[in-house]
Amino acid sequence: MKRLRHLFPGRQLVVGIPFVWLLLFFLLPFAIVLKISFSEAAVAIPPYTEIFTYVDQQLKILANLNNYVFLGQDELYLSAYLGSLKIATVGTLFCLLIGYPMAYAIARASKEMQTVCLLLIMMPTWTAILIRVYAWMGILGNNGLLNSVLQGLGLIDEPLRILNTDLAVYIGVVYSYLPFMVLPLYANLVKHDPSLLEAAADLGAHPLASFWRITVPLSKNGIVAGCMLVFIPVVGEFVIPELLGGPQTLMIGKVLWQEFFNNRDWPVAAALAVVMLAILLVPIILLNRNQAKELEGRL
Amino acid sequence: MKHFGKTLLALSLGMLAACDKPAESDSKKEETPGAAAPAAAPAGKTLHVYNWSDYIGENTLANFSAESAIQVVYDVFDSNEVLEAKLLAGSSGYDVVVPSNPYLAKQIKAGVFQKLDKSKLPNWANLDKDLLKALELSDPGNQYAVPYMWGTVGIGYNVDKIKAVLGDKAPLDSWDLVFKPENIAKLKACGVSFLDSPTEMLPAALHYLGYAPDSSKPEELKKAEELFLKIRPSVAYFHSSKYISDLANGDTCVAVGYSGDIYQAKARAEEVGNGLKIAYSIPKEGAGSFFDVLAIPADAKNVAEAHAFINFLMKPPVIAEITNEVHFPNGNAAATPLVDEAIRTDPGIYPSQAILKKLYTFPDLAPDVQRTMTRSWTRIKSGT
Repeated sequence: MKRLRHLFPGRQLVVGIPFVWLLLFFLLPFAIVLKISFSEAAVAIPPYTEIFTYVDQQLKILANLNNYVFLGQDELYLSAYLGSLKIATVGTLFCLLIGYPMAYAIARASKEMQTVCLLLIMMPTWTAILIRVYAWMGILGNNGLLNSVLQGLGLIDEPLRILNTDLAVYIGVVYSYLPFMVLPLYANLVKHDPSLLEAAADLGAHPLASFWRITVPLSKNGIVAGCMLVFIPVVGEFVIPELLGGPQTLMIGKVLWQEFFNNRDWPVAAALAVVMLAILLVPIILLNRNQAKELEGRL
Repeated sequence: MKHFGKTLLALSLGMLAACDKPAESDSKKEETPGAAAPAAAPAGKTLHVYNWSDYIGENTLANFSAESAIQVVYDVFDSNEVLEAKLLAGSSGYDVVVPSNPYLAKQIKAGVFQKLDKSKLPNWANLDKDLLKALELSDPGNQYAVPYMWGTVGIGYNVDKIKAVLGDKAPLDSWDLVFKPENIAKLKACGVSFLDSPTEMLPAALHYLGYAPDSSKPEELKKAEELFLKIRPSVAYFHSSKYISDLANGDTCVAVGYSGDIYQAKARAEEVGNGLKIAYSIPKEGAGSFFDVLAIPADAKNVAEAHAFINFLMKPPVIAEITNEVHFPNGNAAATPLVDEAIRTDPGIYPSQAILKKLYTFPDLAPDVQRTMTRSWTRIKSGT
């Protein structure tokens, strides 16, 4: 192995690219946000104080922890975090319930059908998410498509109030993030060896039992990957609750917007973002562990 | 002073615009009429303008380019917050921007703008002296900003529906219509909306309760919050632009909103011919007023062109044409006789002297008051 590496120095370069990427587009912006979160709001450009001062060969760092203390003092922020986590959890669950059968069916279809189905799954993402969420506003509104159809069929008399409720947010979340659940699940399910199920059938297992005891455990990694891909971005989601949610939909993205724009308090907004990242780190670490385990298992 | 939702709409429409509606309404990179104007500028002379959506005349920019040989790159926004975030981040890239007065003072203090060179603004003499004086609250000495349009925050309503619900004695010219729980409770069925803006709605409640609209006393703000909590169950929604179409379609029957927007709703209803009569009133108790001003960012690159554009907008025929289109009164005294009579004599657009005296301006808020108001507004809207 060692000799191979010496033969191809480019290899290190290739491995280095993701690290440079991470450094430039994650660590550096995060460091800036972290820095802002320790400053104080000010009337200036940019609207916060510097935390580093260099006077008389002395580098002074003035880190202001008040922004974090402040987040703990008002129950608004806790409710917003909990609201985001609730919507992300329920949304992820529904994505899984809907996405798993879809991925399963696609993985069992013929090769040509698989290509077509995957294309169909991905096709909506070719349109900007904003326009798709706006389309939902048109569908779910009081005079929207859904209510017109239901009323036209005589199923309901009064229009259903869906737009501007949490239900609309769930619909938007599940719709927007379903592809991110289906694709990793499909990638996992398509690799399963059908002979395992045949063997189970030969040994007298009911199809449901073999599904539950063979397919589901084998697809665990796909489930975890899909859930993470849905859960993490939904926690920070802003567009969907803003457009489809009502005033009672409390999510951290909206509160962050308020701090940044309404209160022009960039430091508190930055502190909110840092805490949100800390919360998200938990599932990300779990995902990493899981992948590490999988790799070990393969070796 | 509108809302982020509309910005999103503007962005998405911008994407659609290519195939659908090239030079109309909210599209983000709305027309670049300078480029469209025949034989416009010799390359190089450009001007970047950032203005509110639907806030300029159809031919204004083309006329300017034809006259001055300056090409205008015209972008639009629909919320002061978005404009401010860009200005505070620095290097916005714009040469002329249009903030509203409550934001102006703080932006001047932050060093966002450069002083105007009045020697390059000979049309300054056309401006309304009273308005300039009022503006000095935010811009002492009128050094940084030129008044563009102004307007009021009052009540828009569907004439027939209100009559059906409240009868002939409905207090159409009073805040009682929406702030008296028994009135608004009756209107709930046909839909009442408020602006989604703590800094414009809480002063209205403070004023209605007899306090100073710019009060920063916690106990008075608390009272204003309580008033809103009392009527909250009867409010359909809080939003700062959606009410235009809802009022025009008949989805709602009362909207507390910006004067020009309500007139837009009225014009839309007339265009569609759905028989809905929309009217606007400035409540007799008085109402909030705002000025939108033209200003030049400190780091603007085309300062001479920016002055030329601002001077152009201060020409009476030019600004009168814009008012005719957007239904907001302008800050140009010499232009008033040139404005369409129907607009000039409409008390909702050009208020009477008696009402003018009762208007108040939205204050420049200290950060902690701003935070208290935002927090209070969240409590009103979400109960948290």
